[in-house]
Amino acid sequence: MKARVHIMLKTGVLDPQGEAVRHALGSLGFEGVDAVRQGKVIELDLAEADPAKAQAEVTAMCDALLANTVIESYAVELL
Amino acid sequence: MKAAVLVFPGSNCDRDLAVAFRQAGFQVDMVWHKDTSLPDGVDIVGVPGGFSFGDYLRCGAIAARSPIVAALTSHVEKGGFAIGICNGFQVLLETGLLPGALMRNAGLKFICKPITLQVATSNSDFTQGYNSGTTVTYPVAHHDGNYQATDDIRKALSGEDRIAFRYSDPLNGSVDDIAGILSENRRVLGLMPHPERAADAALGLTDGVAMFRSLAGAVVDA
Repeated sequence: MKARVHIMLKTGVLDPQGEAVRHALGSLGFEGVDAVRQGKVIELDLAEADPAKAQAEVTAMCDALLANTVIESYAVELL
Repeated sequence: MKAAVLVFPGSNCDRDLAVAFRQAGFQVDMVWHKDTSLPDGVDIVGVPGGFSFGDYLRCGAIAARSPIVAALTSHVEKGGFAIGICNGFQVLLETGLLPGALMRNAGLKFICKPITLQVATSNSDFTQGYNSGTTVTYPVAHHDGNYQATDDIRKALSGEDRIAFRYSDPLNGSVDDIAGILSENRRVLGLMPHPERAADAALGLTDGVAMFRSLAGAVVDA
């Protein structure tokens, strides 16, 4: 089964890249963008077929490597 | 008096660090990231600057999970010395040996120039060769040096006198202008600026020499 992990900076952590994107959108004439947050998406192809086990496994991967939980939060989506 | 310098694919300050250690009197071994143990009798482990594993995923993230870092962690847990410079600082934060995180510079630019730093405490074997409050010049060369930490960590760092260096002028968005921090036992230092690139007159800067000399003195006394 496939899993998709969404990783975002935690609320309150300054995101300089998102801020730069917001400025660039403004300079292109896109009005009304109050905030931009930039994150990353990681897709995994898993041998595991059981959704509960896959969820637990990917959560462990996030805590061990995929996300830096000091500054990032993550959400696991099974596909 | 022995130092080990870890080498990852993409390290580029490993040999500079080895030279700085040698000039202070250390015998230096270079240790490949796939090794699982440090040479016997190592007093200090240097985690060098560079772009380990191409900065993939997050700076220092892959290096922090490499086999040799388990040996580094156990060396530190036994009270051994370690220094992480630039990418090495990022690795130490990713392993959790030091608290906080380094994020993209607030100005989004890669900053590569000599800068002035304030020695925020002389109370460590890394900084005892300087007077607290002294200004030193080291080069910086980084894209992700913007130090961030929770309020609790910031209070602990400042209350326990664990901020080793501060930028004299705001540089990259770091909270409290933090450039380098110490572990609780003051035997692990992580910093973004490069003392090892300021440790030889031929390089034009020598303010880093005092750090390696004072480390050598501490190891001899220990």
